[in-house]
Amino acid sequence: MKITSDDVKHVARLAELKFTAGEIDKITPQLDRILEHVARISAVDTEGVEGTSHVMDVKNVFREDIPAGDTVTQRQALRNAPLEQDDGFRVPRID
Amino acid sequence: MNSSTETGSKYRSIIGIETHLELETATKMFCGCRLSFGEEKNINTCPVCLGHPGSLPVLNRRAVEFAIKIALALNCRINKRTIFHRKNYFYPDMAKNYQISQYDLPLGVAGYLEVNMGDYVRKVGITRVHMEEDAGKLIHSGSTGRISGSGASIVDFNRAGTPLIEIVTEPDIRTPEEAREYMTSLKNLLLYLDVSNCSMEEGSLRCDANVSIRPRDEKGLGTKTEIKNLNSFKFLQKGLQYEIKRQAKLLDSGKKVVQETRHYDNDSGTTRALRSKEEAHDYRYFPEPDLVPVIIDDDMVESIRAAIVELPENKTRRYMEEYGLSSYDAGFLAGDRKVAQYFESCLECFDDAKALANWIMGDFSALANREKIHICDSRVAPGGLCSMLKIIDSGRISIKIAKTVFEEMFKNGSDPEDVIREKSLEQISDSGELEGIIGSVIKDNPGPVKQFREGKEKAIGFLIGQVMARTKGKANPKVVNDIMSKKLR
Amino acid sequence: MDLNYLTAHEIKKKLEERQVSCRDVVQSVFSRIDDIDSSINAYIRLEKKSALQSADSIDKKISEGQVLGDMAGIPIGIKDNICTLGITTTCASKILDDYVPIYDAGVIGRLKKQEYILTGKLNMDEFAMGSSNENSFYGPVSNPWDTERVPGGSSGGPAASVAAGEAICSLGSDTGGSIRQPASLCGVVGFKPTYGLVSRYGLVAFASSLDQIGPFTRDMEDCAAMLNVICGHDRHDSTSLDREIPDYKSFLKDDIKGLRIGVPSELMAEGIDAEVKAAVTSALRKAEDMGAEVEEVSIPDLEYALNVYYIIAPSEASSNLSRFDGVRYGFRDSDADTLRKMYKNTRAGGFGDEVKRRIMIGTYCLSAGYYDAYYEKALKVRTLIKNDFDKAFSTYDVLISPASPTTAFRKGEKTGDPLAMYMSDICTIPVNLAGLPAVSIPAGLSDGGLPIGLQVMGDVLREDNVIRTAYALEKAIAFKEKPGI
Repeated sequence: MKITSDDVKHVARLAELKFTAGEIDKITPQLDRILEHVARISAVDTEGVEGTSHVMDVKNVFREDIPAGDTVTQRQALRNAPLEQDDGFRVPRID
Repeated sequence: MNSSTETGSKYRSIIGIETHLELETATKMFCGCRLSFGEEKNINTCPVCLGHPGSLPVLNRRAVEFAIKIALALNCRINKRTIFHRKNYFYPDMAKNYQISQYDLPLGVAGYLEVNMGDYVRKVGITRVHMEEDAGKLIHSGSTGRISGSGASIVDFNRAGTPLIEIVTEPDIRTPEEAREYMTSLKNLLLYLDVSNCSMEEGSLRCDANVSIRPRDEKGLGTKTEIKNLNSFKFLQKGLQYEIKRQAKLLDSGKKVVQETRHYDNDSGTTRALRSKEEAHDYRYFPEPDLVPVIIDDDMVESIRAAIVELPENKTRRYMEEYGLSSYDAGFLAGDRKVAQYFESCLECFDDAKALANWIMGDFSALANREKIHICDSRVAPGGLCSMLKIIDSGRISIKIAKTVFEEMFKNGSDPEDVIREKSLEQISDSGELEGIIGSVIKDNPGPVKQFREGKEKAIGFLIGQVMARTKGKANPKVVNDIMSKKLR
Repeated sequence: MDLNYLTAHEIKKKLEERQVSCRDVVQSVFSRIDDIDSSINAYIRLEKKSALQSADSIDKKISEGQVLGDMAGIPIGIKDNICTLGITTTCASKILDDYVPIYDAGVIGRLKKQEYILTGKLNMDEFAMGSSNENSFYGPVSNPWDTERVPGGSSGGPAASVAAGEAICSLGSDTGGSIRQPASLCGVVGFKPTYGLVSRYGLVAFASSLDQIGPFTRDMEDCAAMLNVICGHDRHDSTSLDREIPDYKSFLKDDIKGLRIGVPSELMAEGIDAEVKAAVTSALRKAEDMGAEVEEVSIPDLEYALNVYYIIAPSEASSNLSRFDGVRYGFRDSDADTLRKMYKNTRAGGFGDEVKRRIMIGTYCLSAGYYDAYYEKALKVRTLIKNDFDKAFSTYDVLISPASPTTAFRKGEKTGDPLAMYMSDICTIPVNLAGLPAVSIPAGLSDGGLPIGLQVMGDVLREDNVIRTAYALEKAIAFKEKPGI
């Protein structure tokens, strides 16, 4: 089950990353080796086993529907904006 | 079964609807920011709904309660253990580039909503009711305000994180009319629950539809397309009508329907394929590690169920049983929560339910529709309507006169007594007064009198009409008839 | 007197007795930083001015006779993936080079209440992904014991700063060993609490179901005092445990008679350096001398711990790091004329290689067609590992192993082979998968003069056993060495 450079390109698209051809050549065997290694868990018998998403048995954690005082000012919200316009975050043309 | 499309005979349509409802909680789904109502941008945000590094979601209890309420009203089975999943995709209105939503363990499943189509009922299965968070708003620069043709967009995160409930139907809907009725019934039901203002105009109620067609004699499902940008129930119906026609044309000419998402354009009434993406979204759903499971016990469900007000289905039945209303009338009155409230308020001071129903559904609704307002927002309070009906009952005005009175009440919010007095509309029933006028009419119209005495029964109508004219319609027709008949004999 | 090499409890006593001023202590630490940090590179950002201001304020309170907490006036470094309001927090990444948090992390709020003194933000592996602190945008951190070698990672800065006297204590984070392994390589104490005991609010997420913040200190007493400050419920973190926090100092008892110690054979096998094994074995003998029972135990599913971790962690990380897209904060490729170009250029330009590698792995493991075989399967094997630990802890009070298979390796030695680098975590990863508390304490030096760390693991919420055991061993081992630098 070798990962190909097409696989890598596809995954990069999903992750909004991009690689040069040279980088793809370098990263593909690395990823392949890592994935091949971790895939060894397929040998483990997990029949009837429930997966652990949460390691502690916590449930039903809620907040009450009351404003909590964590709301920041507009200034603070925009403080780190790479590009601000009209009190909002400006982004280039959506393609 | 009705179908308004020409394809009705050859193809069967299979329609499903996905609805998103913004809840009217005080704060957002996963943080304590207030919900916004169109003020300045980015003033109701915090590290959580802005997706800042290190921020974490915490679930709004009331949103869960509202969600359970909705699921119960839609006859769903509540999953005792429900969890959140991350739906991963990149878009600027998504602060984290994943939406916290639900996937394989949603809150409610396997419900239904019965849609009354008049001469039949369509039972629409509800596949799932689940909780998720809304995205922010994108304002596209450029003249059209649309993405295409726009050089840049501005993101406002005020709305990001607003609690959203998604309601998905089984593909049980068969016609665009049913689709429209489904949304109307769903909206009316949801308004009863006090969980949202359910406004398509304001965007707190949104729907997408998917539709496929297949030849009537074939089994299985055709290829479906999804239609987006349906901003009103009318456009939902029109969009489906167009799309069904379009698909039929394709199949008729031996072509195939492509599975795609199509955008409905209000102006042209057509759908067009959205610029095709390289590939379909792979949302890479996985259980949200930052939120713990929600375990819903029976007590919680039952207390929520008990607090739900009488819903349209039950109310309709009750109106029919208690007040002897027809199924249509009962359905009309019970369907709209505010109308039902108005009706029930009237019943507190006037007990002829049928008369109330007639007025509300007839003249009252007609006037309100003409002004494009809801009867509850008119100047006629329940008390006023009741007063007028009592006056009619007492015989002081006829129903015909009452229409005039009511128009005046509707226009100016006047009291019926005042209107009757000011316009002297009180019905004349006093025989003494009428005898004189009747006597005059008989004297002035020897022709018809003679015709009547010669056996032409209908001539009395003309004579009564004359009396009505001379009294400007105020004479009590029954009393006139009695006296006239006696005098003519 | 080298104030910068004292423990917090020693400083506290000197402050109370007016032997030194808080300003003296802070000056001593910053003086040391001035001297050596160009060789260590433990700090990304220093907060000297405000530290001195805080020191003066503490001195004033002391002179007024106010009684202060254990961490008051103590110069503490904070790993740069913990949000500090108004102070740039970078996660050692170009993509957050100019990010200024608009809020304080939960733990920072707690430390502020204790009137701690922030020395500065500490260097780390980018987004906490690494075992050597060679993945930082701000350059690698050097091990104070031998600057040609790595301090471990990802909390290289926190470990090195405490080891080198550039901070009295520090806070780091641990997802697969990022506190314990560098603590081991740098000869200091590093503690990872039970998952959920310390708020993750404000900790820039790497792998949400594994991350925990924890302290680096010079001894167990300071460690317990730090735990007292940072542990506790936070309403901003749904995974935060809502329970009463004990006084962790009450477990500092020099008594392990009858303690049942298990030694996982899988963690003392061929992959472990002989010297490391020897140091751990020697410590175990001391434990036996103190009356503890030591026994080998097999935890069979540990064989797959690394595989499970390197599926779960990158998967969660790939999603957690999606938010770094140039829209709302951080680095953005402003030349890009379309959105998708901006996303790709920003992320490709802003992330380092290891981060990209892990995002790729994680995205793959979650993607359609692979989710079942990778992510879902890994969650199931995780359950088996957790069950194994449950079983072991029904017999043993604590489990002891090395904290790292080797001592500090040379810079560049493992950077060419990601998988080899990942193997540095085989001793520590299983603990995160099961959410257990664990600590690494110095167990001695190798012949080459490099620290060796010993890991004590306890059952969930059994910090008491871990602290008690570590404290007793610490006393018995009596590690007093300091790096020569």
